[in-house]
Amino acid sequence: MNASHTAHHDDLGHHGHAPTGIMRWITTTNHKDIGTMYLWFSFIMFLVGGAMSLVIRAELMQPGIQYVSPEFYNQMLTLHALIMVFGAIMPAFVGFANWMLPLMLGAPDMAFARMNNWSFWLLPPAAILLTGSLFVPGGAAGTGWTLYPPLSVQMGIGMDMAIFAVHILGMSSIMGSINIITTILNLRTPGMTLMKMPMFAWTWLVTAFLLIASMPILAGAVTMLLTDRHFGTSFFAAAGGGDPVLFQHIFWFFGHPEVYIIALPAFGVVSHVIPAFSRKPLFGYVSMVYAIAAIGLISFFVWAHHMYVTGIPLTGQLYFMYATLLIAVPTGVKVFNWVTTMWRGALSFETPMLFALGFLFLFTIGGLTGLVLAITAVDIQLQDTYYVVAHFHYVMVAGALFSAYAGLYYWLPKWTGHMYNESLGKLHFWLSIVFFNVAFFPQHFLGLAGMPRRIPDYAQQFTDFNMVSGIGAFGFGFSQLLVLVVVFQAMKGGAKAAAKPWDGATGLEWTVPSPAPHHTFEDPPPFDQATAHG
Amino acid sequence: MSHAAGSNRYYVPEPSIWPLVGSGALLLLAFGAVLSMNSIANGGLLLLAGFVVLLIMLFGWFGRVIGESEGGQYNIQVDRSFRWAMSWFIFSEVMFFAAFFGALFYVRVLAVPELGSPAQALLWDGFVGHWPTAGPAAKDSFTPMHAWGLPAINTALLLSSGVTITWAHWGLIAGKRKQLILGLILTVLLGVTFLGVQIYEYGEAYSHLNLKMTTGVYGSTFYMLTGFHGFHVTLGATMLAVILVRSIKGHFTAERHFAFEAVAWYWHFVDVVWLGLFVVVYWL
Repeated sequence: MNASHTAHHDDLGHHGHAPTGIMRWITTTNHKDIGTMYLWFSFIMFLVGGAMSLVIRAELMQPGIQYVSPEFYNQMLTLHALIMVFGAIMPAFVGFANWMLPLMLGAPDMAFARMNNWSFWLLPPAAILLTGSLFVPGGAAGTGWTLYPPLSVQMGIGMDMAIFAVHILGMSSIMGSINIITTILNLRTPGMTLMKMPMFAWTWLVTAFLLIASMPILAGAVTMLLTDRHFGTSFFAAAGGGDPVLFQHIFWFFGHPEVYIIALPAFGVVSHVIPAFSRKPLFGYVSMVYAIAAIGLISFFVWAHHMYVTGIPLTGQLYFMYATLLIAVPTGVKVFNWVTTMWRGALSFETPMLFALGFLFLFTIGGLTGLVLAITAVDIQLQDTYYVVAHFHYVMVAGALFSAYAGLYYWLPKWTGHMYNESLGKLHFWLSIVFFNVAFFPQHFLGLAGMPRRIPDYAQQFTDFNMVSGIGAFGFGFSQLLVLVVVFQAMKGGAKAAAKPWDGATGLEWTVPSPAPHHTFEDPPPFDQATAHG
Repeated sequence: MSHAAGSNRYYVPEPSIWPLVGSGALLLLAFGAVLSMNSIANGGLLLLAGFVVLLIMLFGWFGRVIGESEGGQYNIQVDRSFRWAMSWFIFSEVMFFAAFFGALFYVRVLAVPELGSPAQALLWDGFVGHWPTAGPAAKDSFTPMHAWGLPAINTALLLSSGVTITWAHWGLIAGKRKQLILGLILTVLLGVTFLGVQIYEYGEAYSHLNLKMTTGVYGSTFYMLTGFHGFHVTLGATMLAVILVRSIKGHFTAERHFAFEAVAWYWHFVDVVWLGLFVVVYWL
């Protein structure tokens, strides 16, 4: 029925005068086109940010200064983080949201199709500002992605460019989130109540709320930084009555929700993939929803666990410790539900499932090291060591990135109309998971032994683990090029994908043909309980 | 409520060039700001160019949306989308101001008293950690802005404008076009007068009170909060002017006038922020 509608419309030339070539992509209001652009942009940024991380690991292969100056090293690690967080991971999940939310909810498009296009096209200017800052006098910001004053007040033009990049990225995120939240709240097909909607939509609903609430806070923080730099204000200067620690409070009031902005959509993807390849409905849907909401809410009340060593009062340390540990409860509910979904399921291990399982194991490890770091007394020892680096890479890479790959392989047949090369996909997974652990597991030991982060040189006893980590990083980095091969193959040809290539998959997105037609669900599709709950 | 044929479907707009124009404008503005803040040539030129392109984009894009709305393209579901979006946008603005209010509370409650504590005597001997302050290194004294002068007049102006816009809304609903237009004119005038008083107040602060942006953390929080609020009043007054022109042109019906309501919501938001400012920046 939907297919015939689509054909009918295209015949009428309803969109017959649509631009072609490059103008199609520049002017598009189609959620699938925009989703595709988001995903390509994020992958390119992923490669750029990845190359920067390889500069860092190359320098750290041996003690001493080998290849780059300490200043350039700092710029690399700052841009690596900013690009990976704002340029790669976040746009990747917005890309998934663009492509999949209208299909999952039975909507004709996103609620604001033109604004959707603007949300995407704000990203390239921000990327130009960030990467371009490497070439201005003084180079890029070298403060780390946290942009702490007083260092960030003293840096050169590159810092201003980073500040405006953050402003533009924030605008993009806020507009994207308003769009997503409105689509979810207003464009669901009749009959799909909130408690019947796919889990990916639930995770994005909470994520969009977190973005709308926290991105303006970051905008405020960098605005104060800007006026401190150029207009003589004293927000972060003690001489004028301000306080550099104030910046940390404001930054982490944004920064901690940001962690869940990255993690929650990843949870959503995994909540689709694991049931599909277990051939069972998701265990504990309602508890999953409450867990997501609880994580979103608590994430606003734990920010100072990043600041135990800044001299906050003991009562403050204790409060933030307990509040942080509290997050383990809803997170534990989620991990329990994923495992229980697999219990007595008819499991099969195609690439999406492998990445989802990789996510499950490694994200849980990252979560556990997070609990270690949440203990104030332990964190005072581990603050700013490689233990922290290992922790958040388990969450960001093995958590968010692996989940994004699970989603990529899971929905690639729907996007391209072809099955991807399963052997290459599995090779990609095994190379990724092995090299990932080679790269990041030794960093736990380095951190426990006291190696500080953000330093291009180190004491000799850290050499072996650093070299192991470096080998893992290069292996991991080059393995990711396999994704390009897999995606290009699937775009060009391969086995035709059925409308529903995964027999255990559920949801409205599998009721449209593969590849999904340019326009889908121009009339709301019928919704029945059987297709509910991804 | 007139509908074009088939408009019970959710309206998905045609491809549009305006988003890219907007992105170009912001890129120009960003580079212009970077250059001019670092006193490099042509920064002001780029800023101006970015501003012009942004204006062109706003006229083009909003003109298109108004055209679609008046053309009956938007059904009740689209209207609901606009309501959600405006609510969330205002929420994001609330959070933006929350960052600056949070900074003000932090320095008043924690940072300044801490700087005046005995533990800091080695660095800042003799500094008394009392608000208002320009910080321990301040050379010359300043006078804080008194709440019951110009700021109180401004409070009265903004509160009155909240009344006049509601009166205009009643006129719109009752089909009294003259009341609508007169109410909007009064609201715009009150908003512009507020801005005028604010500018005069800044002049007073700079020339007579020695209260400047560089006046330590009091000056920082004072100008940041009132400045961003003034910027939002400017935006709100501009939006009011747009719906005033649309009202004169005969847009809006008693049933369908979300653009009017959106501007009214925004105006009330600006009003509420001011009340917060009046209490914690000027009064207490």
